[in-house]
Amino acid sequence: MTSASSARDRVLGRVRRALADAPEAPEVTRDYLVSHTPDDPATVLDLLHENLADYRAGVHRSTRQHLPALIGELLTGHGARTVVVPPGLPGDWLAGSDARLRHDDGHLTPAELDSADAVVTGCALAVAETGTVVLDAGPGQGRRALTLIPDLHICVVDVAGQVVASLPQALPRLDPTRPTTWISGPSATSDIELDRVEGVHGPRTLEVVLVVE
Amino acid sequence: MSGTFIGMPSFPEAARDAVRDTTLRGNLRHATHTIRAKRAGAVAELDDWAQLREAGKQIKDRTLRHLDTHLEQVERAVTAAGGTVHWAADADEANRIVTDLVKATGETEVVKVKSMATQEIGLNAALEEAGIRAYETDLAELIVQLGDDLPSHILVPAIHRNRGEIRDIFRDNMADWGRPAPDGLTDRPADLAEAARLHLREKFLRAKVGISGANFMVAETGTLVVVESEGNGRMCLTLPETLISVVGIEKVVPTWRDLEVFLQLLPRSSTAERMNPYTTMWTGTTDGDGPRAFHLVLLDNGRTDTLADEVGRQALRCIRCSACLNVCPVYERAGGHAYGSAYPGPIGAILTPQLRGTATELDASLPYASSLCGACYEVCPVAIDIPEVLVHLREKVADQGGRGHRLERAAMRAATWLLDHPAALTAGERLASRTRKLHPRRLPGPGVREWTNSRDLPELPAEPFRDWWKKNHE
Ligand code: SF4
Repeated sequence: MTSASSARDRVLGRVRRALADAPEAPEVTRDYLVSHTPDDPATVLDLLHENLADYRAGVHRSTRQHLPALIGELLTGHGARTVVVPPGLPGDWLAGSDARLRHDDGHLTPAELDSADAVVTGCALAVAETGTVVLDAGPGQGRRALTLIPDLHICVVDVAGQVVASLPQALPRLDPTRPTTWISGPSATSDIELDRVEGVHGPRTLEVVLVVE
Repeated sequence: MSGTFIGMPSFPEAARDAVRDTTLRGNLRHATHTIRAKRAGAVAELDDWAQLREAGKQIKDRTLRHLDTHLEQVERAVTAAGGTVHWAADADEANRIVTDLVKATGETEVVKVKSMATQEIGLNAALEEAGIRAYETDLAELIVQLGDDLPSHILVPAIHRNRGEIRDIFRDNMADWGRPAPDGLTDRPADLAEAARLHLREKFLRAKVGISGANFMVAETGTLVVVESEGNGRMCLTLPETLISVVGIEKVVPTWRDLEVFLQLLPRSSTAERMNPYTTMWTGTTDGDGPRAFHLVLLDNGRTDTLADEVGRQALRCIRCSACLNVCPVYERAGGHAYGSAYPGPIGAILTPQLRGTATELDASLPYASSLCGACYEVCPVAIDIPEVLVHLREKVADQGGRGHRLERAAMRAATWLLDHPAALTAGERLASRTRKLHPRRLPGPGVREWTNSRDLPELPAEPFRDWWKKNHE
């Protein structure tokens, strides 16, 4: 039985031997675009809206004032009676809903999450060109399991501070030490004859609310 | 899974069987042609595709050139973030490490998210021997596992199965693995997906150990990235208490920023999407969120041999998007199983003989499993010159002397088969003619010339490949 450290030495040794005569590789040229979208907030927002909808997320625009009523309508519309609430979710977001709230204190089990109908969260960032919302487990988002198990995810995007056009603009704004989940539409599969079916294991319905002031 | 890649017939024999299977051919043609057209559209959306492709190639080349440094860096970063790093020189070592880790948890079942690396090393069989049941959770992998079958495509491992076959597999076999298929299951894709959701959910919710691979690992931060569609990846990466990721050493990228290139290249090349539905990134462990224990197993298993070959090492740039499979006229006819490993299609034809060597007839025949039409190079998002590597590997097979020549002859029978079925090539031809700009100009390469110049071969096609190729390219 070989020890773990000797496997390490063997692999690294082989790598070094393999590269002994290899020529130096050139520096990376990054002449690709930082963004493919005109630098205009309204255009970027429209693109985000369009791309989210293209991947079958529900997309809604709302003012901050109207947000609780809209969330209430969405929950009722989907027949959601139990809602998971991550820590740090602004208190008034659910003021317009009479659904039963299950506040996550870190102890809800997977089975308990499975018995909830919906989850409402904010996000860290939204990327227009790919139609993506990014969650980083920050306040108002909670741990990753919360947005995975309930069948309906309502995600609120603060348009003024959270929308970027492109991936090269998104990555510098994210903290790699936090677990992140990038969500582009509801879960989907194309495994059966490459026929796209929405909704396999993640939430089958994704509703994104774009909050504009 | 009782199916195995070991001891399979060489490419020519396996391919001939596949060509006779008209259902298989129909399934494959439909699937590859669908994804091909969609991919072209997704790529055309980005004006800077050529620049992204070049950057992706350069990042990978530079990483490989300093692979030892980046591996040490990723080890430090993962360890600092609460993970444990293991090194495995070959498949047996990796399997033993993973098996021991699972045993240490006291669990006898694990949930798995699709991973080429664990397929390459035959992890499921190793776990089974140790009394541990591995549940595949990707829909296509589930179809393969329930059908006691082998995957045939990188991205869509059950691409060779149509909806009726899938319905039968679910109906007949789900009960043996857990929750049975619903009564009266139809062959509608949505109903089949629902059946899979129900079948797997109980497994996800009770799982204590998850096993994954990774698409990328970032050296400077220790972050691992898994790109997926269904949410089964998120389930496996988030809910278990222990997570074990088996990752090939070539998957490392130096910086966080590098992801801006690969997250643009990969989804558009593979599923033809602007972005796949879910991407999970994690760095070590996080208190109160996800697994409490994280193990990273860094896998060599022939990669360093590949790295040592100055022409062949470019195969290690591969990001497993499967675009090269979808455009390959040989893959379309032969199917994924003929390639005899976890890596089918053009990438398999250059990767497998390098990872495993060319000692067996199957592995030696793989570099001949191509018409060198160049369509694979054209679509490859990291610009791997697959025809160049194929020709290089053919030379190596021929250099093995007497034995090599025998293997070569077997491989030439594959060429004969291919040329006897010119329809197999027309799709690739059409594509190639539309993409001349990026097309390698040296065709037909030395490998082809060797086939047609060999006088003592009884089964040469009526029309030399060179002439045929020329005529069809005017
Ligand atoms: S070789 Fe290129 S095209 Fe083929 S799977 Fe790898 S990255 Fe994709």
